[in-house]
Amino acid sequence: MKLKGNIANNELMIRSSTDHLSDVREFITSSWASYGYDAKEGIKVALSVDEACTNIIKHAYHNVADGTIKIKVDSKKNKFIVRITDKGSHFDPNQVPDPDIAGRQKKRKGGGLGMFLMKKLMDEVQYKDKGKTNELILVKYLN
Amino acid sequence: MVDFKVSSRGQDQVSIIDVKGYLDAHTAPELENEFNKLIEKEQFKVVVNFDGLNYISSAGLGVFMAYVETMREHEGDIKFSNLKEDVYNIFDLLGFPVLYEFFDNEEDAIVKFK
Repeated sequence: MKLKGNIANNELMIRSSTDHLSDVREFITSSWASYGYDAKEGIKVALSVDEACTNIIKHAYHNVADGTIKIKVDSKKNKFIVRITDKGSHFDPNQVPDPDIAGRQKKRKGGGLGMFLMKKLMDEVQYKDKGKTNELILVKYLN
Repeated sequence: MVDFKVSSRGQDQVSIIDVKGYLDAHTAPELENEFNKLIEKEQFKVVVNFDGLNYISSAGLGVFMAYVETMREHEGDIKFSNLKEDVYNIFDLLGFPVLYEFFDNEEDAIVKFK
């Protein structure tokens, strides 16, 4: 269930469940489009935010759906900025090492790719431990 | 909103998994189930046909990583066909073309198993 979401104030709040990943992507691509930016690039931003929320659901909320994730977008000075806030366990995705895909396959494991993708697709990925909340800031430069 | 469909069919001892829609952390377990069913039936030669798949996140890619070794161990493999450019680009960004074979169409992938 969507708690609240309003494109007009550039903010979406979801429960910490993968059920809502499609809402997250739709919110990002619509926000991106409302600024008139190239749709192909918007899909990459939506994928990055999907990866960020998937990480938060898994690592900050341990797959329990009673938490909340707030996503706020803004665009200024040739930057598209997404701020993602949660109240789960502290989890700094920048601490995740780059994946060894061949090695993980040998162990029959998936996973560990989300952060790497985010870093490849976005220009900045910043994590802030704000005490009771975590904030992840994803920035895409606009040319 | 769940917008993902997965099904499998057989052709010349090769199993073809058709994926359609959006493959993310929410829908990836459905693809895992499909692989589990094939392993149960000892079908290890798999072509995944991506015609109709609009979107993939790393959770989807993780499914192939988790199953490919089992297939290869049994003289099979997971091969990919009919990927849209946006979807292929994600595989490419993560270096999958070094580890998997990609084909423009399903028939070419099936032939590689012979």
